[in-house]
Amino acid sequence: MIWNSPEAKSYPDAAVSPGVIFHVCGITKTYRMGEVEVHALRSIDLDLYERELVVLLGPSGSGKSTLLNILGGLDIPSSGHFYFRDRDLTHASDAELTRFRRDCVGFIFQFYNLIPSLTARENVALVTEIARRPMRPEQALELVGLEHRLDHFPAQLSGGEQQRVAIARAIAKRPEVLLCDEPTGALDYQTGKRVLDALAQVNQDLGTTTVIITHNAGIAAMADRVVTLRSGEIIRILHNQTKVTPAELEW
Amino acid sequence: MQALDRKLLRDLWHLWGQSIAIALVLACGIAIFVAMQTNYESLQLSQTIYYDQYRFAQVFGQLKRAPESLVTQIRDIPGVAQVQTRVVVDVILDVPNRPEPVTGRLISIPDQPTPMLNDLYLRQGRYIEPRAGDEVLVSEAFAKANGLQLGDRLGAVINGRWQSLQIVGIALSPEYVYEIRSSDIFPDNQRFGVLWMGREALGTAFNMDGAFNDVSLTLLPQADAAEVIFRLDQLLAPYGAFGAYDREDQISNRFLSDEIIQLRTHGTVIPTIFLGIGAFLLHTVLSRLIGTQRDQIAVLKAFGYSNWAIGSHYLKFVMVIVAVGSGLGTGIGLWLGSALTTLYAQFYRFPLLRYEVSPAMVVGALLISSGAAILGAFAAVGRAVSLPPAEAMRPEPPPQFRQTWLEQWGVQRWLSSVERIILRNLERKPIQALLSMLGIALAVALLVLGGFSRDAMNYLVDAQFRTVQREDVMLLFNEPRPARTRYEMTHLPGVLSVEPFRIVPARLRFEHRSHRIGIMGIEPEAELRQLVDRHLQPVSLPLDGLLLSSKLAEILGVQPGDWLTVEVLEGSRPVRTVPIAGLVDELIGLSAYMDIHALNRFMREGTTLSGAFLAVDDHQLDPLYSQLKRTPTVASVSLRNAMIQQFQQTIARSQGVITTVQVVFACIIAFGVVYNAARIALSERGRELATLRIIGFSKVQVAVILLGEQAVLLIAAIPLGLVLGYGLAAFMAALYDTELYRFPLVISRASYAFAVVVIVIAGLISGGLVRRQCDRLDLIAVLKSRE
Repeated sequence: MIWNSPEAKSYPDAAVSPGVIFHVCGITKTYRMGEVEVHALRSIDLDLYERELVVLLGPSGSGKSTLLNILGGLDIPSSGHFYFRDRDLTHASDAELTRFRRDCVGFIFQFYNLIPSLTARENVALVTEIARRPMRPEQALELVGLEHRLDHFPAQLSGGEQQRVAIARAIAKRPEVLLCDEPTGALDYQTGKRVLDALAQVNQDLGTTTVIITHNAGIAAMADRVVTLRSGEIIRILHNQTKVTPAELEW
Repeated sequence: MQALDRKLLRDLWHLWGQSIAIALVLACGIAIFVAMQTNYESLQLSQTIYYDQYRFAQVFGQLKRAPESLVTQIRDIPGVAQVQTRVVVDVILDVPNRPEPVTGRLISIPDQPTPMLNDLYLRQGRYIEPRAGDEVLVSEAFAKANGLQLGDRLGAVINGRWQSLQIVGIALSPEYVYEIRSSDIFPDNQRFGVLWMGREALGTAFNMDGAFNDVSLTLLPQADAAEVIFRLDQLLAPYGAFGAYDREDQISNRFLSDEIIQLRTHGTVIPTIFLGIGAFLLHTVLSRLIGTQRDQIAVLKAFGYSNWAIGSHYLKFVMVIVAVGSGLGTGIGLWLGSALTTLYAQFYRFPLLRYEVSPAMVVGALLISSGAAILGAFAAVGRAVSLPPAEAMRPEPPPQFRQTWLEQWGVQRWLSSVERIILRNLERKPIQALLSMLGIALAVALLVLGGFSRDAMNYLVDAQFRTVQREDVMLLFNEPRPARTRYEMTHLPGVLSVEPFRIVPARLRFEHRSHRIGIMGIEPEAELRQLVDRHLQPVSLPLDGLLLSSKLAEILGVQPGDWLTVEVLEGSRPVRTVPIAGLVDELIGLSAYMDIHALNRFMREGTTLSGAFLAVDDHQLDPLYSQLKRTPTVASVSLRNAMIQQFQQTIARSQGVITTVQVVFACIIAFGVVYNAARIALSERGRELATLRIIGFSKVQVAVILLGEQAVLLIAAIPLGLVLGYGLAAFMAALYDTELYRFPLVISRASYAFAVVVIVIAGLISGGLVRRQCDRLDLIAVLKSRE
């Protein structure tokens, strides 16, 4: 580890039920785009539980990305409250959010966002060096089936491989929650399924709460719960009685 | 306005920080170019016109005394156009409100104003009245330095008689543009001045009725100066001639011409550095701009824009920056240039030193900067133009990385991921990294160079006035004096010790080379004049033979052990050979030393002195000075402390101004290079850095990754810059290696340290500016965007 993160400060307690990892309460988000005021989120209430795999479904502009950004500490809500376990992060400072992201959240992006100048192993090490109780980079890459590609640079890996390196990078710190923004958006059908398989595997093996954003309804079948958004509101929450494996998904 | 031009303006607005940084670097180059070149032109033009209009002579000679009738024979020497004979005598002056004695050079002028060689320009007052024996004209520099006005009176010991002289005019002469005593390196206008006096009065006073002791000539267009000098020497030899010389060896002209040459060299070398860096910066910025606008280029091509239209669009981007840079640079250059002219006017006295700016100069500056910029932009624009539309539509391929050679040696074990990112990014673009480094190094080098000129000057003054010259007062007699004079001087008030010296004018000859010089005989155990080697270690005087300063040995092409032919230019003018016993290193002028006893023996004379070094009691200076002012045998007095003071007041102060300009310009380079490199890195790697922020890196950590690269370059550039600076200083030292003075290659640790500190501060400021932008990275956009 190259930088020691200072001890997390204590956050005000809140009445959050056990087993709930995110408690979102009456959140709105408005921002200006040029002259226009956009209501990205209108009064969202949502609880996310430990170990569950949630798919956030909705068309472009439905507010799912904004919600994910707030959950991941990249953005703050315009109003309402947002708790991570018992910590109120609604008005957290920039430094607090950085620490939150570093310690608790794993991100996976549509375009992988690997560091081009680092090898697969080093991209993962980038996170393990600053995490509190990481796994070894090799172990994380083994979990996504890339143990034979450790010393390859991003430019030498296929899209699917790059995304799996990104997953390894996200899980190596043993995060409490994994946030995936269109993880298969830039991948073909077969590769996309392999990546989803890796995510399902991590969710099952490590018990990491996983949130996947997608506008691909076909993916919803692998989730424990499916939250559908439209125009900044939750219009439906669906409990999957029978989860399917990613291999069985069709879209 | 066309849509494409509107895009141009917005691109410029978007990149305003970088555009301004580049424009500033170009502006520095142009400013120096304009300031130096305009002054070069102004000085050169003023010199030519002045010399021409006021008939500055081409050959000069001094002698003891010759009858006026000799003029016809001089005029008959083939190649001679005009002859001017004069009486020139150095005397001691008493200037109001100045306790110390002042050396005045009295030069005869015709009693009626008539055109003559080395003619006078009357700045103020009037010409002398015929037969008014006490009227003089004084040189402008001397009058200004001493606050002399028309009507003021000066005391002078003229041929043993105290006389009061009245100033009726203030004049200038092409012979004294740089009014300096021949042994000095900078003018002391307070204690040395030229006075012009009627021929009759001066002739009578010095027993020169119908005679002269100074002659100047102009030559016919095809005349051979060396031949004329040879014949003139032959003709004048019986009259005690000290050897004639041409314009090139005339001291004022020598200083002025050297300065003009140096101006041109400086005005070429330094702007080249700036413009080179500016071209490099334009190249990097434009490459990046074109990189980010690949898709736009593709769209334009798809719409049917020609390669020419697209190429000229990006060239216009460059030309706007060039226009701003050269406009600003020309403005600053003209301002600096006129300030420099004002400075020059203090040292070099012309009737009119007008600051001349030719339109051709401004056009030239514009062409040079556009040329440099287009050169820098050429490759980048070429790439934009040659991109096929379909390929341009696709994003740029991801950059290729590999392990650096450092890592291949197994260093990676000790490197953190962050350090690897920094190293690999540097190694991916080695040429860009090297050029950035070179740019910063040149900024360091410029600062070192600035330090060098200050250090070398201080060293020179220190070596000359603290190590070599240790006397308080140096006296020069108007004629060689017998041994007893030494004891008379011991009795002057406040004199603690006296060390006499003998100066024998001679021409030293070796093979076909020769040089005119005064051989100085000093006491073997002299304490007031120390002979030193290159490392300022004392060199002892041999019992016999000559010690030459190494520059003189170089000019004559001799080494210790060689035998020189010495043609004495006084008395019975013996010609003898003398061995060279060794060399000494002096930074000012040329010199040849001998044991005073050996020199007296060589001259077949008893103990004879030409002057003396005195150590005096500080508290008795006033009585000593007033005594010296009335001593008729003393022709000239030099005060060591006054020289040091003079140096600090004039040269050191103007050095300070120049140093400030240099620091500002060097900072602009350092800023331009570091800021641009970091800004481009931020643009290229914004996504990467934002990703790092998202996965939990703090702002500081991300800034370390971004600016670490620049820091590595800066740190690597510093030693390179120090070495480069040393090299540039060595180049300048070689340039200043003239007969008049040598600039020692001395750079103090403080100068190196100063250069490093300034560059580090400039680096920190530019890094800080980029860091602010880095802190404002849009994290959310990164999630959605593909590069």
